[in-house]
Amino acid sequence: MTIPKPLYVPALIALALLVAPIIGLVSRVRWGTLGDDLFSSASMTALGLSLVTAACATVVCVLFGTPLAVVIARAARRRASVLRAVVLIPLVLPPMVGGLALLALLGRSGLVGKPLFEATGYSLPYTTAAVVVAQAFVAMPFYVITLDGALRTADCGYEQIAATLGAGRWRVLGRITLPLVLPGLAAGAALAFARALGEFGATALFAGNAPGVTRTMPLAIYTAFNGVGVTQDSAVALSLLLLVSTAVIVLGLRSWRQDAIR
Amino acid sequence: MNRKALALLAALALVLTGCASNDADQKAGDRITIFAAASLQGVFDDLAEQFTAAAPEYSVAPIVYDGSQALATQIVEGADVDVVAFANEASLQPVTAKGITGTGAIFATNTLQIAVAPGNPKHIVGLADLAKPGVATVLCAPQVPCGTASRTLLDSARVTVKPVSEETNVTSVVTRVKQGEADAGLVYKTDVAAAGDALTGITPAGADAVVNRYPIAVTKNAEAPKAAQAFVDFVLSDAGRKVLERYGFGLP
Repeated sequence: MTIPKPLYVPALIALALLVAPIIGLVSRVRWGTLGDDLFSSASMTALGLSLVTAACATVVCVLFGTPLAVVIARAARRRASVLRAVVLIPLVLPPMVGGLALLALLGRSGLVGKPLFEATGYSLPYTTAAVVVAQAFVAMPFYVITLDGALRTADCGYEQIAATLGAGRWRVLGRITLPLVLPGLAAGAALAFARALGEFGATALFAGNAPGVTRTMPLAIYTAFNGVGVTQDSAVALSLLLLVSTAVIVLGLRSWRQDAIR
Repeated sequence: MNRKALALLAALALVLTGCASNDADQKAGDRITIFAAASLQGVFDDLAEQFTAAAPEYSVAPIVYDGSQALATQIVEGADVDVVAFANEASLQPVTAKGITGTGAIFATNTLQIAVAPGNPKHIVGLADLAKPGVATVLCAPQVPCGTASRTLLDSARVTVKPVSEETNVTSVVTRVKQGEADAGLVYKTDVAAAGDALTGITPAGADAVVNRYPIAVTKNAEAPKAAQAFVDFVLSDAGRKVLERYGFGLP
């Protein structure tokens, strides 16, 4: 189809809105000290923590999100739409509200957290586990919705044939359903990982900001931004690193997507 | 270009100009924008109220409170502001270095206290208790004024604390202790006073030696320079000092 020419104007404005800030960020990078800023022990600690926690959060999403996506994709229409709305909640919550909600449930004075703390002396906030919980909370919708979409568009014919040939439910799921949506599963996992990597608000409120324990990359960027002089360069350097890693994930995602269209 | 497209573009242009009309044209030369350190929350609202009562020709925009360091960054990045009030002199340096303000005048002082839950259930008596296992302590990050002071105080007492979280402004530390998510935090004594029954404050040994001095300054490119100077003069006046004293601030 040919697009009406005037449409290019707002289209370019939208594109500029998305790309120009990134150019601005790159213009701020001090290439001379980039290496020192990136490989300072504080940066490396934050990066390592971010990678580990985001990976754990992704595993949590895959372990628990996959069954949920299967249930939603195969549920009756009305029930599925209700479930989808529930799954989308963390996506539309302001990040800080997510953190508040997690504190209200699992904090020391929270609904579940309080009895747990009084009984065992264990509390989740300020631990690396809290970071994983916060990241999984915000990344789960991405994974579930992506996989749900893949499951719905997958051909049910194979499943029915396998079932008529005597395959049990587990066997159909493991041998037919999941292999068919593997690209969607990988895409969802990559999206969830990228989202977990960039998670800031809920982490800041729920997990706090302790170097090496809960200070992930976004929190390190925020703390550096609040520092004086020299450390702001490392905020920019870390932002660049986060930007590049997310870009790599998104580009990797595209090749997955293209594999999926056979 | 056909008529429909023209209409569409015209509509878009209208919407865009609508979005772009900021409050600059509404901002008269007597509305003061103030950036103030998180620990000044409360006292500065009070000061602004008394100031506008005394000088009704001026008005004060809702005051922006945050960690001094975060505010300094925003100002250096070009935020429009008339008056800055920070929690220590060091945090004003980057702003002064850029030529945005002078060194300002010191209008108040503050010292640290250990904030704990009402009744002090963990029986904390001094800084050494903050390092005990089983005591979850929250501190300000070392870059922000309350964190710099906390570090100085702990170093002078030769205590090493591993905080469960480092916050970028003092209000977050107060909130975590208030909510019971942390056992103790180092905050300003004015924060403890402002919290009323929600917190108990313990003055550790040596706290009086670590004094934060609060500078206030008018920016060189202030949009309301006359009003801004009038507000600063009010804060430094006897009436202003009385308000500060009532909130527990020391006076220079």
